[in-house]
Amino acid sequence: MKNSLVILACLIAGILVGILALLPRGFLDLDPTAYALNALLFLVGTEIGGDARVWEVARKQNARILLVPLSAILGTYLGVAVFSVFVPGVGFRESLAVGSGFGYYSLASVLVARIGGKTLGVIALLANMAREFATLIGAPLLARYFGRLAPIASGGATSMDTTLPVITRSVGADYAVISVVNGVVLTVLAPLLITAILR
Amino acid sequence: MHVLLFLAAGTFVGYLLRSRKNVLAAARTAAMWSLYLLIFLLGLSVGTNDAVVRALGRLGMQALILSAGGILGSVLVACLVSRTFFRLGCHEE
Repeated sequence: MKNSLVILACLIAGILVGILALLPRGFLDLDPTAYALNALLFLVGTEIGGDARVWEVARKQNARILLVPLSAILGTYLGVAVFSVFVPGVGFRESLAVGSGFGYYSLASVLVARIGGKTLGVIALLANMAREFATLIGAPLLARYFGRLAPIASGGATSMDTTLPVITRSVGADYAVISVVNGVVLTVLAPLLITAILR
Repeated sequence: MHVLLFLAAGTFVGYLLRSRKNVLAAARTAAMWSLYLLIFLLGLSVGTNDAVVRALGRLGMQALILSAGGILGSVLVACLVSRTFFRLGCHEE
């Protein structure tokens, strides 16, 4: 929550600096994004690789538990596909790529911006932030009307960290493992699915 | 995409360093700062483009619609799956 406010502040700062032309022209032609993105992906990789939970999930192979991230993916694509009809400016494939962030707005936005262009990147950032935000606020309601797996599916990739506390509070601590597994699987798959869809 | 090679390389290095918690913590901090930089750069590329700046309101609206679709779809399918495979109801009694 605090982190997403910092991110939003960084975006706004960047936009303002751009509008006011505070940086020398041609700065972006040096393509600083490429270097920073490669660094970020490497660092995110070390986080994933160094996280014991990831390897635990890979080792356990409880097929039924994997139905939860699978339904999150399937549901997201179905919902985004239907709602993309109401978003004429964004193509079908682009809409799916935005949805493929599963709330992982940081990596999703920069990756989508890199492959799909900056306007789509901004949409990916805001859409995935909104997903995390909605889950943080709406987890109890989602649990009540759509069942205990709903806030986990809605939380998507964030169900392993930022939204985990509100999820366990609304569906019970016994669902914490499912929530973490769901988040781990979606966190690993998000960058793969985004590049697969947009390439 | 070659960006995924960086992700894979990082995952491998992270696995090798999995017991070095302080190194991993430093990597996490570095990841956060490179993320701040990237988002700033994304903002910068938006701000230097008048057409995109004018479209910001519309982009926000489009983002909200797609986000709503993703959430709604995922909770509906999750509801279906919890009924079918987890023998859980969708409504709490």
